[in-house]
Parts: sequence; C-alpha cells; structure tokens
Amino acid sequence: MSILIDADTTFIVQGITGREAVNLTRECLDYGAGARIVGGVTPGRLGRDVHGVPVFDTVAQAVDHHGGPIDGSVVTVPPAFCKDAVLEALENGIGLVVVVTERIPRRDVAEMVEVAEQRGARIIGPNCLGIIVPDVIKMGGIGGPARDAAKAYRPGPVGVISRSGGMTTEMSSTLSAAGLGQSTAVSIGGDAIIGSTYAELMPLFEADPETRAIVIYTEPGGRMEAQLAAWVAENHSRLPIVAFMAGRFMDEMPGMSFGHAGTIVEGREDTAAEKIARLTAAGIQVAERIEDIPTLIQERL
Amino acid sequence: MRFFEYESRAVVARAGIPVTRHGFAKTADEARRVAEEIGGPVVVKSQVLSGGRMKAGGVQFADSPEEAARHTERILDLEIGGHMPRGVLVDSRAAVAREYYAGVVWDGTRKRPVLLFSDMGGIDIEQVAADHPDHVARMHFSTRVPFQDWQAKQLVASLGVTGTALNRLTPIVARLARLFLEYDMTLAEINPLGELEDGSFVALDAHMDMENEARSRQRALLHELGVGDEETRQAREATPFELAGEQVDAQDHRGVAGNVTEFDGDLGLVIGAGGGSLTLFDAVRAHGGRPANYCEIGGNPSVLKACGLAKLVLTKPGVDKIAVMMSIVSNTRVDIVARGVVKACLELGFDPAEKIAIFRIPGAWEEEGFKILERYGVQYADRSVSLNEAARRAVARVQGGVA
Repeated sequence: MSILIDADTTFIVQGITGREAVNLTRECLDYGAGARIVGGVTPGRLGRDVHGVPVFDTVAQAVDHHGGPIDGSVVTVPPAFCKDAVLEALENGIGLVVVVTERIPRRDVAEMVEVAEQRGARIIGPNCLGIIVPDVIKMGGIGGPARDAAKAYRPGPVGVISRSGGMTTEMSSTLSAAGLGQSTAVSIGGDAIIGSTYAELMPLFEADPETRAIVIYTEPGGRMEAQLAAWVAENHSRLPIVAFMAGRFMDEMPGMSFGHAGTIVEGREDTAAEKIARLTAAGIQVAERIEDIPTLIQERL
Repeated sequence: MRFFEYESRAVVARAGIPVTRHGFAKTADEARRVAEEIGGPVVVKSQVLSGGRMKAGGVQFADSPEEAARHTERILDLEIGGHMPRGVLVDSRAAVAREYYAGVVWDGTRKRPVLLFSDMGGIDIEQVAADHPDHVARMHFSTRVPFQDWQAKQLVASLGVTGTALNRLTPIVARLARLFLEYDMTLAEINPLGELEDGSFVALDAHMDMENEARSRQRALLHELGVGDEETRQAREATPFELAGEQVDAQDHRGVAGNVTEFDGDLGLVIGAGGGSLTLFDAVRAHGGRPANYCEIGGNPSVLKACGLAKLVLTKPGVDKIAVMMSIVSNTRVDIVARGVVKACLELGFDPAEKIAIFRIPGAWEEEGFKILERYGVQYADRSVSLNEAARRAVARVQGGVA
C-alpha cells in the first residue's frame, strides 16, 4: 500500500514541453509499472506528443480526451505562470497537484492553497521533487531516471517526508541499504508556505497499514516541526518517528531573519536547537547522523 | 528584501496612510534644508538596515536646523551593527498622545497572512506578546477575497478601542493589510502608529520587507523608490568572494553553482544541493573541520560553472584543499561535476589528487564520473560512504591525518 498515489493513479504534466518536464515524463513512464500519464499541457502546442503522451492547450482538453476525471497533475511551468496553471488544474477537478516550480512568491502559493482547500484538493510543494511509491510509481522527478530511482528506493515499511528533494533520496537510499524499504516517500518542498506539511501527511500514513514508521528530514525556519510535535502529542500515533535536522550551524548566524512581527507567529520556534528540543519532547527521536537512522528505526519497529 | 525606513515611509504613504512631514538627506547641508522646510523640532534618524539604532546613538533630537545638521554629520559617520548609514531621515517631532502597533506577516502553518494589532505600540511587539498577550489581537485573512475595512475594524475593536480612534485606525490598518498583499511583502509593520495630541493618526515608523521572488513583478514600485536590481539587501553586505560566486553562477542559465557564503576556514567546500549542503556543512564542523565557504550546486550545472566555482574556492586565500560532496544526485550529473573540478585544478596548476580531499557524489552518470576521477588519482566515494563519513575523511586530510 501507499499514500497519495498508486499504480492506478492518472496524471498530467503541465508545462510538458519544457526541457526538465520532458525528462521527468520519460522517467515517470519508465519507472515501476509505468506511470499513467494521460496528457500534457503547454498552451499553443496542441497536437504534439512527448514520449507518446498527447499534448493539449488546456487541462479541460486533457480531461475530455481522457474521458473522465484525472487524479493528478505535475506542474513544472515558470514561476510567473505557476499560480494560473495550478488554478486551472484545480478548476478542472484535479485532486492532487505536485508543484515542482521554484521561486514562486508566497502570495501566489497562499492563493493556490486557499483554492485547493475550498475544492478539497491537495497540493504537494512547491519547490519539491514529488512522490514515489517504490517499484510501483513515481510522480515527479524524485529519484531521477528510473534506473537511478530503482537503486535508491525499495518497497517496505517506512514513510519518508522531506523538506529537501535530494535528501529524500539520500535518506531512502540509506534505509534501503539497511534492508528498510519505503511505503511512500514524499518531497514536500522547501518553501515557507507549502501545500502539505508533515502533520498534514501524518493521518495518511497513519491510515496506511503497510507503513510502520516515519523518517523526516527537517531544517531551521518555520513552524512545521512544532506543528508535527503537536500533532503527535494529540493523536497518539502508532507510528514511531525518527527525524534528521540539517543546518544546525544556522543557529549561530545572526541576521538570518528580520522583523518583530514575524517572530510572534514563527521566530522562537525557528532555530534548529529549538526544533530538536520540541521534537524530542514529543517523543520523536532526532538522529545525529543519517547513518544512525536505520538502527533507530529497527529499534522501534 | 529589506527596505530602509525612508523607503518604507514612501510605501506607506503611497498606500494612503498618513505620515509625518519628513525628508531623506545624504549630507548635513541637505538635512539642514529639510529641517528648515519642516520648521520646529525634528528627529534625525540613521538610515541603516540594522536594529538598535536608538541604543547606538543613531537617533537624535534637534530643536533647530543647525542642530539637525550637526547630528547628521555625526550619524553619517556612525557604524551600526556593521553597517554604515545610507543617509538620515529628518522627521518632524510630533506631539504623540498614544502609540499603537499594526503589522502583517505570513503564517506558514495556516498558510495565510496574519494581521496583528496592539494598543501598546512603540516597543518590541514580541515583548508585548509575551508579557501582555491580551494587548495583541490577531486575524488571518484571505489572499483571494479582497480585504474589507470591517475586518480591520473588528480586529481593532477587539482590544476595546472605540470612538474616533477606532474610526481613524480602521482605514489605516485596512490599507496596511492591502499593501502587504499588493506589494508582495513578507513583513509590513507600522510601529509606532501614533495618535497625536490633535487626534490625528500617523505612521511614526514603518518597516517593510519584500519577498525576493516577487521583485521582478514589483519593478514599478522598486523603480519609484530608486532600488536597483543590483541591490541584494542581505543581512550583511556581500564580500568580494561572494560577489565572484554570483558571477560564476550567472555565466550561463544551466543549473546552479553559487549561493556562496564566505567563512574563514581552510577546507573549501564544493557542495550541493540545498539540503545536502546544510547537512555537509554541519558534518564538516562536527568533525572539527573549518569550512572556508558555504555554497550550493544543483540542477545540473555546466562543466564551465562547476569549474568556475571550484576555481573560486581553490584560489581563496587560506584554502588548503577542497571537498566535493553532494547527496545522491538524480538531475545533476556526476561526470560533469567531476570534469569541472578536475579541470579547475589542472588550469590552476594543481594536482587534482592532492587538492581534492574527497569527491563524494553518487548518482546519475556516476560510473563515467568515477572513471575521470580514477584517471587523476582523486579519492572518491560512492553512496555506501555516508555524507558524514565523507566529511570526516575530508577534514582528516586537511588536518594532515590519513583519511
């Protein structure tokens, strides 16, 4: 089992004719059982195809061509067009939008998220590499070409959630080498506002019978870890969690953030030291080194 | 991107929020003229992107234009928090009856902007929130539905403010909420928001931060404020080494090889990407290593860029060796980075085997990459060697031990 996606998931790629998107499409088609990419969208490119995937001008055309609702979309368009692309996907009934694009202003992200909430849809990212269910399907560039993704990811009991795309693969590879596969690995994105936080994905893993433990990668900045700690304390989760915190050195760097108003809603919980203390207090084990994670997980299974 | 106070005032005024009579001055003469125009007592404030101006002596009161000029001369020479001022703001000294606070920031958990209002302005709002939580009111608002005046009224009234004060505060607070979204701010703060003895309200000080990612679509405002594209407005000014890093990254549009920050150690780092760089920097320090720099490689940069970055780090004074390390790559190609760093060594007349303490980049095109490294006798590691162990080996080699 898995969360968010499985072998039957249908999705489109918005911005499919871009260089990175062409590669991403190839990778997803090649991986596991082969992703069901039912269309791509690039305005003005109707009628072309990318690795056999038909290209449309609009999401509505893709839905028409498919003849029914499409589950997801991978959005990889330039930042200035990203909000519009995501809103188009949401308005056309897509329930899971993976936003790969980086450097999107927060106002746009907040708007996308607000509309997704109203539609009962979910956004992963922005600034993320997507989702992978080992040996089954990947949605996004996560793990890279199918051959490389297969080296790092193996099926198993560990759910992985990471604010860094690259570290999702690094940590999963370390787990795999120790005989611990992954149920689903999610690169949630590194921005200040993201569609799905750790705490928002936890109920999905909680409901997945195959998942028996969680590994998270985290960094200074924001309140996402405090939110996770609160979720764990309130929900008596059956899942042991092991966290890895990078960027501890940033605590000593003055001037990383300015302003007083920000510290009311974020500030004091922003540092690595504060987050480690908070996670630990919630019963989440914080690993000193990535290579320690497999043992910490095995002790808790 | 942080704005100077005089710029923040202009932003606030543009949004229709009243401000006191003021002017920006770069010399004592200019300050004297501004003070003459204002007439009466003034405050001279250092325009510097740093907190603690008052404590450092960067804010001075003057009763005459002459005195304002004298203060200006001193303030212009006064370094505050490592920054020299860009000029001074000469502000009329208003007769303040009461001070309020209004601010907007993003709440990353609720994923919405949050508007804050307090009837205890003029001091650290963080302190007010900690000591007098009942004097701070908060309200999240939509980015989709235009902000309405009644929302501001409801927030202000929730602290018991009523009468003329409520009616005058409402449009100011509402305009602040709107400007926050309109100008892509990450912080928009008026503190203090002063009620004058004549019953009028003015922004006595304002603090604005704009999101860097939004600069391109805020060109009109930035142009009006005279902020050039080259002004980064970071927490500290970029060093020549860091500026050179930006030039390396700007060589072409393929991938990233930059985001350089200077430190004073002896181990040069050519590392990536975001999360991997943070992890590796921590690991080097945990093993007693002294990094010469932080940087990020990612998104499959060209040989030219990887080479440029490696050269920059290799030629930094005090750098003995470089460590080339990344978390498993799927997009960036191992062979391209390998070629880039070996080329950098050779072009500078160094032996790659000697200068590269370790190369640990597993992933896409690793077989091809490792072949290049073997040819030049460079120590490398695959994914079976952790980031932490790679960092340990690099530190050991710099310190003269056996890796």
